Amino acid sequence: MKFLQTIGSILVIASILVFIGMLGLGTKSINLESLPGNNEHQNTAITEAINELGATGQEVNHIGFVSLASKIIDKANEIQEAKFKASGAPDGVGEWDFRFGGNASSFKQKMSATAVATGPVQSNPWLFFFLTFGLAIIGGLFFIIPKFSESAGIKHDGIYQSSLTSGLKFGIRTFALAAGIIGILVYGFFKLNNLFWPLVTTVIGLIFIYFVFIKEKSRGKDPQRSASPVNTGWLGVIAGILLVGFYILLYWTPQYIQNWVSMVDPISQKLNGGNASRWFLYGLLYTVIMAVMGIRMLAKYQHNKYQRVRTYSVIFFQTAFAFLIPQMISKLNAANAYDNPIPAPDLKNMWPLDYSFFFNYRLDEMVANGSIGLFMLVWGITLFVIGVPVFVFFFGKRWYCSWVCGCGGLAETLGDPFRQLSDKSLRAWQFERYIIHGVMVAAVLMTIGVLYTYFTGSYSVLGINTEALKAWYAFFIGAGFAGIIGTGFYPLMGNRVWCRFGCPLAGYLGLIQKFRSKFRITTNGGQCISCGNCSTYCEMGIDVRSYAQKGQDIVRSSCVGCGVCSAVCPRGVLRLENGSGDVSERTQVERNVHIKDLIGEEL
Amino acid sequence: MKIVIIGNGISGITCSRWLRKLGDSEITVISSETKYFFSRTALMYAYMGHMRPEDLKPYEDWFWEKNRINLLEAHVDSIDFEAKTLNTTQGAVHYDKLVLALGSKSNKFGWPGQDLERVGGLYHWQDLENMEKYSPGLKHAVIVGGGLIGIEMAEMFRSRKIGVTMLVREASYWNNVLPAEESAMINRHINSHHIDLRLGVNLDSIQDDGNGAAKSVIIKETQEEIQCGYVGLTAGVSPNIAFLKETGLEVGRGIKVDNHLRTNMPDVYAIGDCAELNDPKPGRRGVEAIWYTGRMMGETAAYNIMGKSVAYDPGIWFNSAKFLDIEYQVYGEVPGTLPEDMATIYWEHADGDKAIRINYHKTEKYIRGFNLMGVRYRHEVCEKWLANKTPIEEVLKNLGLANFDPEFYDEYEADVIQLYNKQEGANINLKTKRGLDRVLSFLKS
Repeated sequence: MKFLQTIGSILVIASILVFIGMLGLGTKSINLESLPGNNEHQNTAITEAINELGATGQEVNHIGFVSLASKIIDKANEIQEAKFKASGAPDGVGEWDFRFGGNASSFKQKMSATAVATGPVQSNPWLFFFLTFGLAIIGGLFFIIPKFSESAGIKHDGIYQSSLTSGLKFGIRTFALAAGIIGILVYGFFKLNNLFWPLVTTVIGLIFIYFVFIKEKSRGKDPQRSASPVNTGWLGVIAGILLVGFYILLYWTPQYIQNWVSMVDPISQKLNGGNASRWFLYGLLYTVIMAVMGIRMLAKYQHNKYQRVRTYSVIFFQTAFAFLIPQMISKLNAANAYDNPIPAPDLKNMWPLDYSFFFNYRLDEMVANGSIGLFMLVWGITLFVIGVPVFVFFFGKRWYCSWVCGCGGLAETLGDPFRQLSDKSLRAWQFERYIIHGVMVAAVLMTIGVLYTYFTGSYSVLGINTEALKAWYAFFIGAGFAGIIGTGFYPLMGNRVWCRFGCPLAGYLGLIQKFRSKFRITTNGGQCISCGNCSTYCEMGIDVRSYAQKGQDIVRSSCVGCGVCSAVCPRGVLRLENGSGDVSERTQVERNVHIKDLIGEEL
Repeated sequence: MKIVIIGNGISGITCSRWLRKLGDSEITVISSETKYFFSRTALMYAYMGHMRPEDLKPYEDWFWEKNRINLLEAHVDSIDFEAKTLNTTQGAVHYDKLVLALGSKSNKFGWPGQDLERVGGLYHWQDLENMEKYSPGLKHAVIVGGGLIGIEMAEMFRSRKIGVTMLVREASYWNNVLPAEESAMINRHINSHHIDLRLGVNLDSIQDDGNGAAKSVIIKETQEEIQCGYVGLTAGVSPNIAFLKETGLEVGRGIKVDNHLRTNMPDVYAIGDCAELNDPKPGRRGVEAIWYTGRMMGETAAYNIMGKSVAYDPGIWFNSAKFLDIEYQVYGEVPGTLPEDMATIYWEHADGDKAIRINYHKTEKYIRGFNLMGVRYRHEVCEKWLANKTPIEEVLKNLGLANFDPEFYDEYEADVIQLYNKQEGANINLKTKRGLDRVLSFLKS
């Protein structure tokens, strides 16, 4: 058994090395069929630049090609600017359809991402698929399957003794977080060529810090319960760096990952009839990881049917709703994909987590597609207008966050080994409330701006450029927060950083859960021994023990109802329940007071 | 008023919290074990790597200052009850009211070698440190005593793949408390976890390796020698009151207290493991060294100190534990051997690691106790049935109310009823299934 698991670990590590190493294989050359300009005017300039630089047919390695593309676009920009200065844009062509604009990086990126790649990956995509996905799946299963033969019960031995799962010293964790946030802000400034929104974000962040440290008096209250150990687990840091690196490549520098995308071209063709995009690669990877790590959950919780059913549910929704159904729609689309594609969204995702739902191109897509488009529009709106309040009332936000949601699903599968790293300090809770509601307000304001633009055609509301706001939200919240910090920081700060601190949908679900829901976690009379397993393994950083030891029901807006507190409790104290009998008294304090005449006040 | 509490375990800390809730006195808690309160019951999880040591603290460190509870790290050497003064390693401390929450110490029965290195109990923080100190490279450990702490220690060592032999005096694990069937279940379970369980044996001596540390134990009955790098002494605990003997404070096994938790000394109270009730409730012991009674005593003492006279009432007996992977809960009367006037229904799952036992009065047919293995029952519901001496058949018909297992778990109430019908020739059916709304209306009725 130990032997199989060692082999499994070696295979997984090998697959990761191949996955990284393959990015450098082969060469790229310019794809004259698919130049990155928005129209023939820009493409003409690019062609001229290519000719001038003599770059046609040049075979360059993947990194070299990025600088070649950069040179070409800079040259094309020069050429086009000269033309524009001389005679302006041609009649009937908008200025910005002609000029490349101050920030030409998206053209550079597109040029690299659409280049013709040749090399071992392109000639043997299935081989590389086997060496990466295949080895990782086999290795993962080698590691996981023996766990089914272990006796059923809680499997947390040695978590805080493992370098991978024990977390980071507080100082190092703080440094990693600060570096992550500042890095994203600075990169955003360069990438979007916009100083205003990074500055606004920084000021809001400083205001939050002021509120927590000064107004709520957190300064001087050392957060011992930040889940930071005495020693840093460096394997966890390495895992975090790999995850963060992956997200940076995926979101912001796709020009370097063409080999990954080429590798899954054959699968994409089978599923949707077209070549793969990086989002196809990401969707496939996401689904496979959730399935394999979902099997791990099934092995870990053989004795706990709630955990098993919930795991089947997240795997199902990811595989069917998020991955396969959109692929099938795309396949149906194949004939008219370019003229009028039917929207193929992740059908279980909803606004405001799906922040681009009301973006003009998606509204256009839906409006232009008759009854199926209309269905998707109505479905998307119904989900959050009716689905959320009704289901949360009956079952709590868990129906979404730990049963359906893709982000939640990844957190509950890939993220499960890291759930104990969530910060349980009061300070973290104080930050949580400001940040998650701040993001929620930002999502709503951004969407209002986008809709205003959609209906009026004006790009300015109260002097604010809605396009810039939209771009900033997508960059900072959509990619930076949800991806880089949200998932990349699993081994650093736990598996629900995004869900707890950022997700605007979680904020909305949580408000209903707190004020209008039958859901709560009940405490079993006086049986709590304050051991703290519940708090330790709460991925949302709720100090469950503080409620349980008082015999108080747990009603917290952040609770995603994963049920792990109940699973790890050694005394059978916690139960997730829905009941309307005492909805108004759900939060009463000290239900099991031993001496009855006193109304306990929280101390 | 200056109130001093000696001991920062669950009893002393609960008392301090309630004192603060009830008034504005000056409160000082003295301990030489750790500065901050931690959950003693969770020591095992720190060793097993389930939690960090910091996670054992139920309150963040700033909590005490915020609530003006002074924490003094000191050892109390003696108490001058006349002068109301404590002599501590940090100097003299005066009190107006004193609460003794001294806890227990692990029993040692005069075994040769019991004070060697690599020998220890599992009660204090220092015991955990001792286990940590000797665990690296440890191949095998012997645990003497088969109670709740012994099995915890076995689980701890097994989590690090250290071999364990358990020496248990009784013929079956913890059968002075557990009924025979449950005890047999735990025997099987212990064996299935690759723990070498020796039943019906006593420790003869612990052998010195020549450097003052244990190297092996010898079993009294067989004179077999078992090599080991650690000996765990878990044969129960007793009140930690040695330094109070012959001070005028009345002590027996523990510090004698009346039903308001007052000792014979003015303004001195004793609570928790170290207290011995002069007049315990029928069926209860004078010293009950468990978490829950300690908590209740802390609360009761706080009321009495603050001038609100309340008698200590531990209510209906309940307890819980976990034997490796099997959770255990008990409510009411569940003796190891069935008395004459008690009847029982014992249902065991085919997989052999879940069981439900329901005890009732043989002739008067009212409910007397629940014993649960691997199944969770709801405390308040069981308590209400027991307090009301509810007829057994009414309990069975509504047994779903007691079910506290997580959602989707199999429900066994109907099986229990079927067993009862067979045993008693009755014909009742399950009327109420589980569900919070039904429970709430039952509890409010």
